[in-house]
Amino acid sequence: MATSRDDIKFLSNPKIGQNRKKYCRFRKFGIKHIDYKDADFLLQFVNDQGKILPRRITGNSLKYQRKVATAVKRARHLALLPFVTDMLK
Amino acid sequence: MKNYEVTFIVDPVLSGDEIETTAQTYVSYLEKIGCHIVHIDKMGLRTLAYEINRRSSGVYFCIEFQSPNGEFMDDFELALRRDERLLRFLTIFLDKFGVKYNDDKRKGLIGKKKRTKEPVAAEAVAAPAAVEAPAVEAPVVETPVVEAPVVEAPVVEEIADPTPEPVEAVVSEEPVEAVVEEAAEAPAEEETEEKP
Repeated sequence: MATSRDDIKFLSNPKIGQNRKKYCRFRKFGIKHIDYKDADFLLQFVNDQGKILPRRITGNSLKYQRKVATAVKRARHLALLPFVTDMLK
Repeated sequence: MKNYEVTFIVDPVLSGDEIETTAQTYVSYLEKIGCHIVHIDKMGLRTLAYEINRRSSGVYFCIEFQSPNGEFMDDFELALRRDERLLRFLTIFLDKFGVKYNDDKRKGLIGKKKRTKEPVAAEAVAAPAAVEAPAVEAPVVETPVVEAPVVEAPVVEEIADPTPEPVEAVVSEEPVEAVVEEAAEAPAEEETEEKP
């Protein structure tokens, strides 16, 4: 019989609960420059209070985490992103 | 030649002409000291993320320029700092990636960063499809050996138009188990790769 994994009926989705491996999106997609004027993009790297998220959560490599941090700080200086706030997202 | 980019916020209380002339003064200033203006980006009126000098909005300008050296920078920034029409400014040095990014953005290659990701993903999907094509041909050679011209018909169809749902076409007719399994496994791989 053809008993490949596709034929088995699971009661719940087996993919739930699997930890997906984090990766650096800049390395993966070949993004070399992070624009400090693109506030919408930088929103992905700050939390609700406008704090920069750690690498532990974003999965960025050290090189690009530094660039993200610089870009966020530049955006803050130009009032594109807030220094402190609540309910940013 | 070094590449720089200066972004400044002009006071929105000024009239439209005054805002334009403010920006134009710095463009002409840069040209006067021998800089090559690459691009002037008028980002327009935006709400500030926090108040600056009791203003809650500002008109953003971004000038990208090339300069033979960086000696002018002190005087230039001093002029910006003294200007009361400006709320804030930022001058940065662009590395080669920054220059390329701005260039691509002007050409419309980068609307948003998200858009740059899509072509990469599309390539990733296209690549396995190309690899699959010979893999699908392999069973074609086998099928006549196994048996029957009936088997050939669906397989030929599959080659003729591999694009729309090859899995269903084969499964519905079920010629030989071995062929079905092979064919079914191959598209299954394709599906999994599409998802991320």
